Formats: sequence, structure tokens, C-alpha cells
Amino acid sequence: MRLHIDWTACDGRGACVELMPEVLDQDPWGYPIPKDGTRQPTVPPETMPYARKAVAYCPRLALRLLPPAA
Amino acid sequence: MTTLTRQSLLTEPAAPLPVLANGQLIGLLREAGLTGHGGAGFPTWRKLTAVAAGSRAVVIGNGAEGEPASAKDKTLLTRAPHLVLDGLQLAATAVDASDCYLYLPAALVNHVRHAIATRRDHRPVTVVTAPDTFVAGEESAVIAGIGGARPLPTDKRKLVVEAGLRGRPTLVQNVETLAHMAMIARHGPAWFRRHGTEAEPGTFLATVGGAVAAPGVHEVPYGIQLTDLLDLAGGPATRLSAVLVGGYHGTWLPRTDVPMSRTGLAPYGATPGAGVVHALPASYCGLMETARITGYLANQSARQCGPCRFGLPAMADSLHRLAAGERNRDLPRQVVALTGLVTNRGACHHPDGTVRLVRSALTVFADEIGRHLAGRCSTMEER
Repeated sequence: MRLHIDWTACDGRGACVELMPEVLDQDPWGYPIPKDGTRQPTVPPETMPYARKAVAYCPRLALRLLPPAA
Repeated sequence: MTTLTRQSLLTEPAAPLPVLANGQLIGLLREAGLTGHGGAGFPTWRKLTAVAAGSRAVVIGNGAEGEPASAKDKTLLTRAPHLVLDGLQLAATAVDASDCYLYLPAALVNHVRHAIATRRDHRPVTVVTAPDTFVAGEESAVIAGIGGARPLPTDKRKLVVEAGLRGRPTLVQNVETLAHMAMIARHGPAWFRRHGTEAEPGTFLATVGGAVAAPGVHEVPYGIQLTDLLDLAGGPATRLSAVLVGGYHGTWLPRTDVPMSRTGLAPYGATPGAGVVHALPASYCGLMETARITGYLANQSARQCGPCRFGLPAMADSLHRLAAGERNRDLPRQVVALTGLVTNRGACHHPDGTVRLVRSALTVFADEIGRHLAGRCSTMEER
């Protein structure tokens, strides 16, 4: 799956970065940085449980999981 | 080839608009090879096809020209509003739109309303006023503004052509693209392809400004040499150090013997964009000018997305310090790091466009950066 970040909602609380260090880094202002440099980073299967948690627990509801790009 | 041998896009049409058969317009646009003139250059027929596939479509003519260096949409709407309105009717008919909007800066609303009042259009047009901000013309910001929300870019999970204004399939088309549609409907694709190149047919409206003798808007064929385009605007008013192509989200070019087409500009990482050409005189410091534009763009951030809100002002600050003569070797490194940090991270392409400008400045003005770090500036040598 791909992780979609709604940047207009994201406030840089950092829960997603803590849950998915394989996928996300944090910038100097606290906002997530996709480690693969893409707009919608790919979430590896073993990280999916944490990705689902991140989506559910994001205090700004800024995350979505989308199916892989066609 | 700098003069056009046919009716200009900046004059009102003499002949009435022909009645096209159902579905005919999309085929004509495909044959003509028309692409969008708002900057992205997407094939127009494909956008129309996608919107036509849905039901209760919306068509929006986008005349919000937030780019300070661009005047082509204002000039077109002032001189030939009926050409744009013709294009809007054609597009609305082609996708069977139930609603039709024209999004315009306040200064043009009355002028265009007068033009609308003299017509008997099949599909009524609602004029909506656009604010004069840089990001107001971005597709999702246009839809937000017309929908009654603040005219700011929104998060994109669905395509506008499928779910745009109030969730309906929406065609947002730059007003110049609409005018070209009206020309193609009258004169045909072969006529359209007489100018431009095989791969990039047709003409575009170029706004030529900065250090030229007669700044203004000109209709020119794709592939025109940048030198010839500058000559149409009276030629360089003085010795130039660089030319900004594509506007504030564009690219600095160190030379003018370059064809104005996607192919010709690709080696420089540039595109014709929305046709903005801005000549920088050698008496101006390229770093100072880049710092000024980056500061403006940082200020025009909608401040919705963190990387843009914090990254752009930081980038502008480092550039300003470098331009002002602070001899700190870390400053160029900071700028490079910030460009990497904001890329691909935002609801719209405002950070990415700003990065394009800044990265080209780091390349084209590399010697100037060296001079500044050594306590000098080329503009002092120029005087």
C-alpha cells in the first residue's frame, strides 16, 4: 500500500514517524519525510500493522492508505 | 519565423462559431495537438475525454493569473473576450456541462460581463472573482474558491476530472487554451499546425518583460528562438546576464540562443510554462533577484503545509544573506539542503516550483556565489 499525507491537515505531531521509522523521517520542523523521496511512499507488508495504527492515531487525521499505483 | 501569417489570438474573431457535431471537438483538438496553456502543458483532448465520461460535468475557464511577471491572460481577456467565451461554450458542449464558470481577477469582471451580455449563449456563464494571490489560480484552489471556500489549494486524493467542484467531474482550463479551442473550431487542426513544431504545434502568448525596450504580450510559434522573442519586445535594453523563462516557478537561462519549446528547453531543465520571459540586466545581481523572488514566493505560501510554510522562508533567508554579502560558506549548502527538504511535500506544487527557480539560480549564478563568498559582486564590476 501507499501512504498518502494530507499536508494541509498535518501539524507535525510525529506519531507516524515514531510508528514507521522504516518509511518516514522527521524534518527540522517535525513534519514527516517519506524516506523513498516520493509523494506517496510505499509501505512494506511487515510495516502495514504500524501504518494502520498511524492512520488511526494521527491526531490530525492526515493519513490515508491507498492501493498501490496502477 | 517571427511573424504570424494568420488571424491573431489577440483579436476578436470575424466569423461566427461553426456548429460542431457531437464529439467532434475532442477529435479536432487531438488532431491539432493542443496542450494546456496554464503552464503544465497537458494534452487538452485527454482532459476533455476524461470529464466527458462522467455526468453533470462542470467547466471552469481559469483567468486567475497570479504570476506577477505574466500578463497574457489579462491581455487576452481585455482584447478578445469573445474568443475565450466561444471556447468556454465549445468545451461546455463537448463535455455536456450543466454548469459553466469563468474565474477572473476583479479588474476584468465588468469588462467580461459586458461581453457576456451581448451574446446569446446556449449555456449560461457564471463569473466568479479570483483574488490576486499567487496560488489562487492553482486548479484545486480555483475549485475551492468557486465552491465558496477559501481559494487555497486542497489535498488531492481524487482527480479533479472525476471529482472536482462539489464532487462533480470538472474541467479547469486556462483561458488561453479556451481561445485556442475557438480558433481550432473555426480554422481546423491543419491550420493550427501550420505554426510551431511537429511535436509542439501551434502558438502561445508570451509575456516578455524586464530589461527589454518594449515589454509586452506577443503571440509566437512554439520553437521560436528566445533571441527572436526578445527582439519582438524591442530587443534587450542593455547587456543581459540571464533570462528567467517560465515565470517565478521557472528557470534561469544563461543564454538566449535556445528554442522556446519543451524539447528545446529540456536540456536546461526548463519549459515554456505559461510563456513568461523576464530579461535580467547585467547591472542586477542574479542572486539578489532570486532572493527577492523567493521571498515573494515564501510570502505567497498559503501556509497550510508545514514544509512550504517553514521551508520557503528559510530558503529565502539564506539566499538574502548570501546576496547581501554575508561571507558564510554554509549558506549555499543550507539552500541546497532546503530545496531537497521541501520537494514533493505539499498539497500543491508551490514548493516544487520555488525549488526549480532556486536550483537553476545555484547553477546559472554559481560564479556569482563564488564572488559573493569572496566579498565581491559582478554588479560592482559592471558599474
